[in-house]
Formats: sequence, structure tokens, C-alpha cells
Amino acid sequence: MRWGTDRLPHTRIIDAHGSIRARGRRRVLQKGRPKIGTKGTLARPLSKLLTGIRGFDQLSDGGFPRYRTSLLVGGPGAGKTVFALQCLVNAAKQHRGAGIFVAFEESSNQIIANSATFDWGLASLVAKKLFLMDAHLSPTLVKTGDFDLAGMLAMLAAKAQEIDAQWIVFDGIDVLLTLLQDPVAEMRELYRLRDWLADSALTAIVTAKSEGRSSEVAHYGFLEFMVDCVVRLDRRQEDRVSVQTVRITKYRGSSFAAAEFPFSFGPSGIQVGAVNPADIRNKASTERLSAGFEQLDVMLGGGVFSGSSTLITGVPGTSKTTLAGKFIEAACRRGERALFVSFDESAEQIMRNLSSVGIQLKTYVKSGLLRMYSVRTEGFSAEEHLLKISSLIREEPPRCMVIDPLTAIAKSGTLGAARTVANRLIYSIKDEQITLMVTALSETDGPGGEATDLQISTIADTWIHLSYLVRSGERNRALTIVKSRGTSHSNQVRELVLSNSGPSLSDVYTAGGEVLMGTLRWEKEAEESAKQLRQRAEFNHKRRELEFAAASTRARIASLKTDLERQRAELTFYSGEDDDHTASSTRRAGELRRRRGGDPAEAPVKKSGNGAVK
Amino acid sequence: MKRSSAKSKSPPAGLTTVVVLRLYVAGGAPNSMQAIANLESICAQYLKGGHKLEVVDVLEDPRRAMAEGVLVTPSLTKLSPQPVAQVVGNLSDKKRVLLALGLKPDVA
Repeated sequence: MRWGTDRLPHTRIIDAHGSIRARGRRRVLQKGRPKIGTKGTLARPLSKLLTGIRGFDQLSDGGFPRYRTSLLVGGPGAGKTVFALQCLVNAAKQHRGAGIFVAFEESSNQIIANSATFDWGLASLVAKKLFLMDAHLSPTLVKTGDFDLAGMLAMLAAKAQEIDAQWIVFDGIDVLLTLLQDPVAEMRELYRLRDWLADSALTAIVTAKSEGRSSEVAHYGFLEFMVDCVVRLDRRQEDRVSVQTVRITKYRGSSFAAAEFPFSFGPSGIQVGAVNPADIRNKASTERLSAGFEQLDVMLGGGVFSGSSTLITGVPGTSKTTLAGKFIEAACRRGERALFVSFDESAEQIMRNLSSVGIQLKTYVKSGLLRMYSVRTEGFSAEEHLLKISSLIREEPPRCMVIDPLTAIAKSGTLGAARTVANRLIYSIKDEQITLMVTALSETDGPGGEATDLQISTIADTWIHLSYLVRSGERNRALTIVKSRGTSHSNQVRELVLSNSGPSLSDVYTAGGEVLMGTLRWEKEAEESAKQLRQRAEFNHKRRELEFAAASTRARIASLKTDLERQRAELTFYSGEDDDHTASSTRRAGELRRRRGGDPAEAPVKKSGNGAVK
Repeated sequence: MKRSSAKSKSPPAGLTTVVVLRLYVAGGAPNSMQAIANLESICAQYLKGGHKLEVVDVLEDPRRAMAEGVLVTPSLTKLSPQPVAQVVGNLSDKKRVLLALGLKPDVA
């Protein structure tokens, strides 16, 4: 509800303190609130207004209390002004309502200039939906005697009505109150402000400085008491890295996440690294995506699951980046949007190095399919990296992404912080159904060296480990799949061979219980092939010998057959001659007897000899 | 309603500087009432040379007050002679008011 919208303007009562009594407010408020206990939802006695600040709306369970006042407390540079202004900008941009920003510390121009680092377009908003009131007191101003805020509040009430404001921010009200130089007067004006805010239909944010690390608002204990919600912003050094945190310390009538949450300044202003919900609600896809090249896909039982996370571990130089690059290239080939986040190595350098093994990413970067993001790790907290990566994902949601190497985020800041960040990062990427491949540097090779400092191996779905095998003066890369959830995968150690046409996997030889790679493998292969040649030659030789022997046997058989024929023929001949001989002898003997004319030709003649009878 | 009690007395011969003042008040707030009383007394005592005083009630005309850059009430602005000067508070310290307005207490 707004001033004058439910009641005619003439029914407004302006009292001597400048406050406007809008009597219809409570009735309207009742209308706006959901009834307690309906629809089986939790009772929500308090209406809230979204701030639009990513993360904060989650941890405050819906934003700031509506029609109430909230206090932002923090030291210098903690981000109070940005936080408050961002609420107004978000509301104005998303057409949720206009806002008034009362600046006691900076002039309007300064605020507009300072906010130019964010993509708010504040200057264009100022005209319509956001009124910046320059309440920055001139240094030449002289103060004599007591003053009050009655006039200012009357002006703000008029302005709020004019632009139909929903939000109001008093930024740095302590600056003004200090001018009163009188604790009693300060208290009086705070009461006046509280009454005015209570009667207005505005949702208010008041910012105030805290002194030092105690984060107690100087002299303004009442300020904390009078508001319904207190948010503390804090900036401190943790292991040489600046860490900014936000914490809700009070929220009347509402549940809130009471822990301290890190936040950082992104292109759209403050982003709070809020907790992920405790329950994991990732959809489990059964679709397989190529992990880069066919041989690896075969080892993984057909590739990685869509939306899964793959961890590649290995000591420096085991070509983790190459595998990751191959994965990205495969994604781009399929026409999928991809994101390549690299730490401490420029995108140009990565593309050049990958092109030496036949992975060409430049064309995809040019076509806009692939986004390369390189960042230095030194001096940035893990939290800032997380928020930056999250905003990149939001800008252009990729289907596949690579973080190379994830372990780099642990370089700055504390290890504990880096671990939680790594976990949250992987979970948030999984929530977005993005297929992720992260590389992680392991410092020691060999058994036990597979685990990483970040302890992310437990949340990764697939874990590929790359290592060196050093033998006979050679270093060769070996690839093992340590685990791959929900899929049968090869248990073989394979040799990873890089060539101009990309990575490939070679079978390894096991000889005498040892894995042979590199030259040894080549030697073994050469030996094997020589042996095969030799065997073939021997075989050929033997076969020829046998053929020869068979041929000679056949020849012998043929000659023997000829002999047999001859002998048979001879035999036949001889037996035939004998008959002839007998016949002719008989004839001859007959003839002889006849010629002699002596004996009758009855006596049998001896077969012998020439037939001469003795 | 403007409580412009513009008390412009015709300046005596020889003096050409007319002090133009504008006082912003918030209705009948105690500080504002005090400021009016204090200012009237200062004018009567020290600005015999003639002055123009306009009293603006911010509650009556908040838009004008905002346009003119008023923040707190009561607030006094000296528009002329140059330079423009501003004093906030109930003007209880006459000497400070005069100094801030660039007027010597003795100027008659």
C-alpha cells in the first residue's frame, strides 16, 4: 500500500513532527499477508520483501521484513552502501517498486560515479524509479543550536508519495546524528525516525558504521533495538586474503541462517555465497557424453554421464589439461556451449598448447560456443572465485565445463575455506546439470598421491588418475580410472600417448608381472613382430620342405608305378611266349616226326629245350 | 501557506546592502519556533540596515524545500549578499549566526 492510494490525500494528517499518519495501513497489511496455516504451509507471520541480492534472499528466507526497518552494520568499506543501494536498484529494475536513497555520507554524484563499476545503470534509474537524496552536509555548514529531522522526514514523505516508493534507505545516518553533539537529541531523533518509519508504508534500511572489530554500533544500541532485522557486514584479512562476510544477527519473527556467509562484489554488485540446501536433488541422467576420445569412452563404458562430474588428478605434466581440452573440444564438436575456466594460465596460452596436440579451440571461441575464462589466483579468496564462476555460468549456461586446475583456489586463503568452496562449486554446477571436468594437482606421485588437498575425490562421479611410470630412463604417462559411479569401467592401466592428432591410449604390455610402456613397450612390440616374422619364415620354410618331400614322394610313386607297369608287361609277355613256345614246339615235333616218317605222332613230347628227343 | 513574514524595512540612506534570508522550519516544532524567535531578535538587533526574511514551512511545502536542498530543520540560508551561507540549528548562538552569515555584530 502507498500513501494516498487507499485514502484520499486530504485525509492525511501531518503532525508537528512531520510524520504522516496513514490510518488505513493495518487493514491493508492484513490483506497483503498470507493467512496463517493455510495450504498446509508454515505459518509466516511476517511479510518479506526480496532484496534481489543473490544468496541473501536465501539465507534471510525471503529478504528484509516488509514495512519494517532493517539495520546494516559494518566497518568502513564493508559494503553497506552497495548492499543497501543494490536492494533499491534490484527493486527498481525488476519493476517491483521505486525507492528513495538518502545519502548522508556521499553526494548523489559520488554515489552514481561509484556504482558505475556495477552493471546497474544507476544514472538512468535515478530519473524514474530511484530517488537519490543528497543529504550530504556541506562542510561550510555552520551549526548553532539544536536541530531536528522533522523537516527532512516531511520532505521524504512527500517524495515517497510522489514516486510511489516502496523502499527507503538511510545511508550513514550516524554522520548526521553526530552533528547533534548531544546524546539526548540523538536519541530523540532516532525515536522520531522510528515513529516515522513505523507509520510509513516503506520498507526501510538504515546503515550505520561499527567501530573496529567489535562490530558494535557506536553509541547506537537503541538503533539495534528499534529495528526488526540486523545484518552485519564484515571485512577482515584471513591469511593475507581479504574476506568479506555477512551475518544476520537479529530477525524478529523469522527464521534465518545465523552463520557467517562469505560474500563478494561481482559485476552485478554483492553476491552472497549462501548455503546450498542440505538435501541433494540432482537429477541422474543416463545420457552419456564423450569424455573426449573414443578409447577413453570405451574405458568408461561409453563415456561420462551427462551432468556428472569428473575429476582428473595427477602430478604436473601428466597432461591433465590436454584431457580436459579434448573433452571441451568434443563438446564443441557436438555444438554444445562450453566453458573453460583456467587458473594461472592465460586462455591464449592454453589454446596454443592444446593446438600442439591437435586440439583446436580457437574456432569455437570465435563462434562464441566456447568461453575461456582465465584468472590469477594470487590475492583472491576462493570465495571470490566461486562467485565469479557462478556468475559466468548464470550469464551463459554451458552444457560442459572444465576447471583447470581446481586446486589453484587453495593457493590463497585458508585451506578450510578452499575446501568448502570446492565442494559448493561442484554441487552448484551439478545442480545446473552441467557436465563438469575438473583437474586437480596432486603433489606426490605414487600410491596415496592420488588424493587431493581439496578432498573432492569423494564428490566426483568419475575419477581418472594420471601418473608417470619411470623405467629404464623413461617417463611415460599412465591413465587409470580409479572410479566411475554407476558404470562398468576398465580396470586396466593404459599408456596415454600424445601425438599431433591428439591423445590416444595404448595397450600396455605386462611382462613378468610388470607393465611395459614407452620404448620398452616399443621394443617389446618390435620384438614381438620380429618373432612373428621369424616364425612365419620358419613356417614357410617348413611348408616348402614338406611340399618338396611330398613332391619327391609323388615322383617316386610315379616312377615305381612305371616300373610296375613294365614288370607287369614283361610278365605278361613271358607267360604268352611260353604258350607259343609250347605250341610251336609241338608243331615242330610233329613236323619233325612227319618228315622223318617214323613214329606216329602220339607220344607226348617233352617240353624241354629244343625238343630234341634222346 | 508561506509564513513569509517578510519584514522588509526600507534601508536608511547610505546603506544599499539588503540581507536576504530564508528560514526553513518544520511547522510548530520547538526547535523551529525557537529559531524564528532567535532570528527575529538577531534581525532586530543587528540588521537595522534592512533585510528580507522568508520563512518556509517544510511541512507545508516539502517539494520546494527539497528542491532547495534543505536537509534538517530549522535551517537558515543567506541568499544575498554573496556568498551564500547556511546555518542549521535553532540559532541560539547569536555570534555564530552572525559570523556564519558574514555579518559583523557591529555592522549597523
